[in-house]
Amino acid sequence: MAAESGKIDPMYQFEVEPLFGQGWQIAGHSIAFTNSALWMLITLVLAVLFMAGGMKRQLVPGRWQAAVEGMTGFITNMMDTNIGPAGRKYVPYVFSLFIFILFANLLGLIPVGVIPGVHPFTVTSHLTVTGVLGLLTFAIVLVVGFAKHGLHFFSLFVPHGTPVPMIPLIFVIELVSFLVRPFSLALRLFVAMTAGHVLLKVLAGFVINGLNAEALWVAPAVSLPAMILMIGISMLEILIAVIQAYVFALLASFYLNDAINLH
Amino acid sequence: MDAEAAKLLGAGLAAIGVGMAALGVGNIWGSFLSSALRNPAAADSQQGRLFIGFAVTELLGLLAFVVAMILLFVA
Repeated sequence: MAAESGKIDPMYQFEVEPLFGQGWQIAGHSIAFTNSALWMLITLVLAVLFMAGGMKRQLVPGRWQAAVEGMTGFITNMMDTNIGPAGRKYVPYVFSLFIFILFANLLGLIPVGVIPGVHPFTVTSHLTVTGVLGLLTFAIVLVVGFAKHGLHFFSLFVPHGTPVPMIPLIFVIELVSFLVRPFSLALRLFVAMTAGHVLLKVLAGFVINGLNAEALWVAPAVSLPAMILMIGISMLEILIAVIQAYVFALLASFYLNDAINLH
Repeated sequence: MDAEAAKLLGAGLAAIGVGMAALGVGNIWGSFLSSALRNPAAADSQQGRLFIGFAVTELLGLLAFVVAMILLFVA
């Protein structure tokens, strides 16, 4: 956070800065290693470590294996209830989505900012990252849908029992609601993360400015309630981080269900 | 009116949308809870629909927030 003349900028946390390799270029575009890339790498390494620790296939599962099996079982169960047996093929993709988003969301909330010079960065608070995840999901839905049903896939846009005169109207409405899916998927995660972090930093600004104020009554009257509120909001944000990861995986499974089973 | 003032007013008005989405989300969880208490055995099977409804409703509130942010920082 930049403290310029007592003003705290809540948007500074989202800035992408190159860490090294400023000179690296591909076709005129900079491909420097940024803090975003660093935190994505940390997310990946932690997720892989978490999974590897629980995949020893012991006959009597330890705590770690039980945790990993709980997560895989949770996603497999969700896919089974939403899609049915045909959904088993897509469990790895949806599980990867879930675990990446979950770890990225939670890592952004870790208070490593107390160490000077270290800034936590929420990967999922950028539309570029969530947009790629959303578009990838949408692309998989399209490929699966057209590969499985051919042009019959378009019957997705005309629900059963639609009266014939209504078909053109319903078709357009369903088509628009279908095409807007990748954006709503990406935007939901991105805005939920951004809004939560902005809120936390605005409250942090209250705490810091209150402590720096000249009048002595300001610190207990402003900083203390703001700090208590921040602790509550932080707990809420942990809940939101988990819910958003779950919602992303759930909607991905719903959209895959549309492609696999039509209506 | 000054354009800058109009932007700030618009951002403030967009916050109404966030509050409206709060009503919607509260309605969804409240009705889920009241019906889950009537029939706890059926509650677990409806959790998927609960989260779909929550996600769709919450998105509109988040869009209101996006409008506010665009007015403040982009427009």
